[in-house]
Amino acid sequence: MAVLTMKKIHICAMKKDRKGVLEKLQSMGVVEVKTDGEENEAFKKINTTSQRSKYEKRVQNTDQALEILQEYAPEKTSLFSALAGKKDVDDDKMDEIIENRRKYNLIVKNIHDLKKEISNCNSAISKCELAIEGLMPWRNMDIPINTTGTKTTDVLIGSMGPGLTEDMLYAIVEKRQPELSGYSFQVISSDKDQTCIFAICLKESTARLEEAIRAEGFTRISYFSKRTPEGKIEKYRKDILAYQERIEKLRGKLVELSGERENIRLLSDYYRIRADKYEVLGTLLQSNSTFLIEGYILEQDEETVKAALNQEFSLMVETEDVPEDEIPPIKLKNPKVFASAEGVLESYGLPAKGEMDPTTPMCIFYIFLFGLMLSDAAYGLIVFLACFIVLKKFPKMGESLAKSIRLFMYCGLSTLFWGILFGGYFGDLITVVSRTFFHHEIIIQPIWFAPLDDPMKMLIFSLLFGLIHLYGGLALKGYMCLKKKDFVGFFSDVVSWYMLITGLILMLMPTDLFASISQMSFHFPPAVKTLSYALAIVGAVTIVLMSGRSNKNPVLRFALGLYDIYNLTGWLSDLLSYSRLLALGLATGVIAQVINQMGSMMGDGILGVIVFILVFLVGHTFNLAINLLGAYVHTCRLQYVEFFGKFYEGGGTAFAPFKENTKYVDIKED
Amino acid sequence: MSMGTVLAITGAVLAVILAGMGSAYGVGVAGQAAAGVVSEDPSKFAKVLILQLLPGTQGIYGLLVAFIALSKIGLLSGNPAELSVASGLMILAACLPIAIVGLVSGMHQGRTSVASVGIVAKKPEQFVKAMLFTAMVETYAILALLISILAVNGVPV
Repeated sequence: MAVLTMKKIHICAMKKDRKGVLEKLQSMGVVEVKTDGEENEAFKKINTTSQRSKYEKRVQNTDQALEILQEYAPEKTSLFSALAGKKDVDDDKMDEIIENRRKYNLIVKNIHDLKKEISNCNSAISKCELAIEGLMPWRNMDIPINTTGTKTTDVLIGSMGPGLTEDMLYAIVEKRQPELSGYSFQVISSDKDQTCIFAICLKESTARLEEAIRAEGFTRISYFSKRTPEGKIEKYRKDILAYQERIEKLRGKLVELSGERENIRLLSDYYRIRADKYEVLGTLLQSNSTFLIEGYILEQDEETVKAALNQEFSLMVETEDVPEDEIPPIKLKNPKVFASAEGVLESYGLPAKGEMDPTTPMCIFYIFLFGLMLSDAAYGLIVFLACFIVLKKFPKMGESLAKSIRLFMYCGLSTLFWGILFGGYFGDLITVVSRTFFHHEIIIQPIWFAPLDDPMKMLIFSLLFGLIHLYGGLALKGYMCLKKKDFVGFFSDVVSWYMLITGLILMLMPTDLFASISQMSFHFPPAVKTLSYALAIVGAVTIVLMSGRSNKNPVLRFALGLYDIYNLTGWLSDLLSYSRLLALGLATGVIAQVINQMGSMMGDGILGVIVFILVFLVGHTFNLAINLLGAYVHTCRLQYVEFFGKFYEGGGTAFAPFKENTKYVDIKED
Repeated sequence: MSMGTVLAITGAVLAVILAGMGSAYGVGVAGQAAAGVVSEDPSKFAKVLILQLLPGTQGIYGLLVAFIALSKIGLLSGNPAELSVASGLMILAACLPIAIVGLVSGMHQGRTSVASVGIVAKKPEQFVKAMLFTAMVETYAILALLISILAVNGVPV
């Protein structure tokens, strides 16, 4: 349970070793590079944006190629593939890829080209389809589309507004050009958008006829072809088939190329590493022949890095304690069991400078409270087994995911424990089944007591657990005070509150009010009563006098102290907040009972059994899911609001060493 | 059947109806926001689904209290007790906290959930904080649930 000690590292090396040093640091992955120094005459930063964006573009290119492969030649992935984590690849394989990157770049380009051609074919197909749709109204016309007429006649093919008949067309021309003769109309088709018409007339009448019908909205057909509409449609259909065949062929090629998927992934990761390197390079200060690296390193890695660098390069590397005015990044270290809760802490915020790492105590409370909220032995066992199997099956899972799953595994154990104490196994499943199907009621007695039978007792215990949790938080505050040698703070901010709260509780316990709520009556000897008054008064006075001590003005100081006493309401609401332990525990148990009861409503017999199993499966899955979510959310809340509220602020930044940030593979050195 | 039993059943159904309405509204608005995020980025599905589910608990709490109340008056086992008007009213009153607080907190939790979905859309790594905002509202539903359970349990029948 500790925040690891950070050291500041300075490296000064020859420019010719720049690439080597950076690559060495990157592959070791233990230094966070952070240059604070300003540019000056001798040392300048160089602009690496263009190289960096070149490599970032390549990363994008390879990733897109992989996406294309996934689209046309999908890789079979199981539901749990997200858990599997990155594959191990040894660096020989990586070197091979780097050496032949031209070849693999060509493959990537090839994939992009194929994809482009497929898109072209697809858009050609949709163009054809559109044309077919446009030609459909004309398909009854059995002459070529571009027919213009005979020696003495002209042909007009085109469309007008909807709903016209031949008679109406004759009437239109009659009206506009009464003396015109020698023409004939044929309506080819008519739909709600247009009327397709065919007109033939003597050459000398053409102009006047067209003028007449144009005035009514006639436009000539926009297709040009020496085929008939039917023939043209046929042609387009053939084209579509040809394009589709082409797409199939291209897809076949992509499927062939999908064999290179693994290599492209490596290439992508290689570019990713390069892009990172250029990003860091851009932050370094460089002179004509040397360059400087500044950064943070864990104390434990200090010697290895020094040795490794000195062995390969001639350079100067030194480490020092982090200066007072700098805020180093944070790296936590906890035993494996407790490290599982580091994710919960990170979500709230890493310790600020000088704060302790509260992961271990928080983890213990987390597991304890989570189990209390879910509190069903069968659910606990299911959660435990599911997490256990997933952890065993996917040992390469990402670290933070593995931590959360491990945390839930322990929470499952805790749930199992509380479930046995409270006698919940899928609620009252055993009782219901034995009564309904075997007509002989078996009741499993809880080892401790059943909260549903005695909710007030459970409420009192919930508040007691809450008090322990809050006292724990206060104790950690005290620990931090002592560590900083702030003894005044320890007595006036921690011990005083312990005295006040404990005194008040001791005063409350023998009262009738408490006895009526808890059904427990306490009779303290007078000495304890006096002690409780003394504790409360001394505590309260200390708080009033001391909590405003940072203020010089005595009146203000006293007022601030009085105001701090008001925090008692905070303590009260914090404490009552733990009543959710009872409510959520009851919720799990009662909903499980509802499900069991619904299942048993069909009674005995085959149908009854089938209905029971169905209701059991659906109902308990639902109940487990919703209560898991509830327990998770509310345990987090109790930690963040009530527990951390007593001592912890957070706000540190995580240690992010310069390393090989890969997406697909882990590169292992031999 | 006595008037007391009628009142008790009224209480139980009110718990289910009102709390259920609150949750239906909350889950509804949260679901709309969640669907918007998923249409942009399907990989956030699991996170926004959890946020959508959070306002759903009030309905379950209502169901829970109704169930305890109904089993208390023996309706589920088939031989309902003849309740006096006073006992019936007591059960009705005992159901009201979760009914009313369930309705109001469900709706408000839904709106907070919508805002939290917004956080996840922009900063998915802040998911836990987004979730906590929503969980804060739920506290009051839990307190109401607690009092309803204790009260229904304590009514002499």
